[in-house]
Amino acid sequence: MIKFRTAAWIAAIFVILGAVIEGSGASGTLGKLGSINTMPGAFTVALAAALSVAFMTKLKLPVSTSQAIVGAIIGWNMFSGSITDITSLTKIVLTWIVCPVLSALIAIILYKFFKFFLAKAKIHLLDLDAYTRIGLIIVGAFGAYSLGANNISNVVGVFTSSSPFHDINVYNIFTISGNQILFLIGGIAIAVGIFTYSHKVVKTIGKSLFKLSPVTAFIVVLSQSIVLYLFASTEIRHALMSLGIPKYPLVPVSSSQAVIGAILGIAIAKGGRNIQFNILGKISSGWITTPVIACIISFVALFFVQNVFDQHVYHKTPYSLSLKVIDQLEKEGFPIEKIESFEGTRYSTGLRLQQNLKKIKNLNNKEKSMIYSYAAVDSFYVNPAFLKDIEAENILTYKQFRSLETISRQSFSHKWEFQNELILLSPDWEYRTEKQKNYLAYNAHLKKQYDFIYHYLKILNYK
Amino acid sequence: MAILLKTSKMIEMQIDDFLNFISEAGIFFKRGLENYLKDNSAEFEKRLLAVSEHERKADELRLNIEKQLYIHTLIPESRGDVLAILENTDRVMDDIKEALQVFAIEHPAISEEFDALFLELADSSIESVESLIRSVRAFFKDIASVNDHIHKVKFYEREADKIAMSLKNEIFKSDINLSQKIHLRFCVQQIERISDSAEDMSERLAIYTIKRQI
Repeated sequence: MIKFRTAAWIAAIFVILGAVIEGSGASGTLGKLGSINTMPGAFTVALAAALSVAFMTKLKLPVSTSQAIVGAIIGWNMFSGSITDITSLTKIVLTWIVCPVLSALIAIILYKFFKFFLAKAKIHLLDLDAYTRIGLIIVGAFGAYSLGANNISNVVGVFTSSSPFHDINVYNIFTISGNQILFLIGGIAIAVGIFTYSHKVVKTIGKSLFKLSPVTAFIVVLSQSIVLYLFASTEIRHALMSLGIPKYPLVPVSSSQAVIGAILGIAIAKGGRNIQFNILGKISSGWITTPVIACIISFVALFFVQNVFDQHVYHKTPYSLSLKVIDQLEKEGFPIEKIESFEGTRYSTGLRLQQNLKKIKNLNNKEKSMIYSYAAVDSFYVNPAFLKDIEAENILTYKQFRSLETISRQSFSHKWEFQNELILLSPDWEYRTEKQKNYLAYNAHLKKQYDFIYHYLKILNYK
Repeated sequence: MAILLKTSKMIEMQIDDFLNFISEAGIFFKRGLENYLKDNSAEFEKRLLAVSEHERKADELRLNIEKQLYIHTLIPESRGDVLAILENTDRVMDDIKEALQVFAIEHPAISEEFDALFLELADSSIESVESLIRSVRAFFKDIASVNDHIHKVKFYEREADKIAMSLKNEIFKSDINLSQKIHLRFCVQQIERISDSAEDMSERLAIYTIKRQI
């Protein structure tokens, strides 16, 4: 329908735009699963995910980069003794199942709509062809944008915690955050991939995967793009939440599974004949095999990089159940009688804490997550030398910066402790509640501001 | 994009013109046969010329449309089907021209008693062509109604078959020479062939229609 070169240019441009503009949404959830805090660690994890994808492709097994990166992160968590947040993991795995199903549903709705519309509109075959071409270019661009926004975190998401880039303010017109620079580099990498490596793949998919009519091809691309965009866009999520749709995580999902879902949806809408149900089996087996293989490769690779190349693949995060932590937990409504006997204990890794918490009966996942987040020891030192840099970036409000100056030279051993101190000094540091106006956008911006100062003021304990 | 739409519009007009030529040739054929049966040779010659002229123009248009579709790589998915439709519809046009030429070259001697049935046969055959043209137009513009028109093509083809059968019966029952009988049977078959070609084409069109559904 269109030349490869044209398609490649459109895809490259929109992948980069999607990655830079909206790439941060999905990477946040991956960050919750495991925040890889050193560059060699992030490099090894990304490499492990890439190796698993290459390895499984060689074996002709169904594979998705989204699923490989999750497995590789869990491998890092296991290696570094960090805790894998089961709640985040469950949410991520659920989206893998939801993704092809949702894509199929959207494809069914779009198919029915277009069938009805085309029967009524009576468009000439040649006009329809022209409109479909234009439509395919537009949804192709939207698809590339969604892919960039959703899947960029597969490529560079693991580097966000250890990224060396700082925010850049361009003549006070707009600010490019450190993460956006990272996403830009990742986007360019994908774009290079499109020009160099994708020609063969595009041809194979175009010819052998499924013979689609131009209109159904349009529906498939549109359904896939909508699904990818739903799982990438913070704005859409906010809009859907305000309509009463339950909160869902923004995660990288597999674009190929979304395509397969959409094709199946069209087959169902056409009457459900000739559906190859073994494809469904293949998809679901990939949900298990891909992360497991990636996890093993990641673990082994981290071992090698640490012991053979002598690299710091992680910063140790100790955990402490000191009196102030328990007091804070009590303030947050935690039933502290359950953990009173642990008062004053300290653990070298999250895994140790996790093992000890097993001794406590009737501790639910939510309570465990609370303990992990409050007990984690992150050292922060408000270094006056860095305050000038922070001010120069022009990201904080005046009040926010003044409060930071007030606690200059102080140090904090927990993130929440640092945050509480800032809130005491200025209400600008306080998250808005659901009842307050515009709370979603405000909180998202505030989180960015927090991440920005953590990036500057965190003290790293090298292993 | 504007160029793409402009080219599409131009080809759409050419396809419409192509189908108009075939439809008009059918009408000329009917009129020509009437003139022949009434021994109005001057008018008959005019009709024959008009059919030949239309056939030539339709050929030129078809070749141009095919060339344009390839040059601008339009409708790559259904291009093969569209070309087959144009070529097979053109074949119906050839049959119309050939049938009229038989009367012009061979001058069959038709006694008055067969006139009515000859005209009826021509009527049904050309009606089947008309329905075919409508179904081809629907293939491009209104896919849902293609089958309604195809149904009519089949109906008129069966009608033409029946009329041809009774006409042949009448011819062979009559007391004209055997050589004359065989000659007239050949003329009947020539007219009947028009509706047969239309039906063949309509059957292909039914398959292309299934393929065109999204």
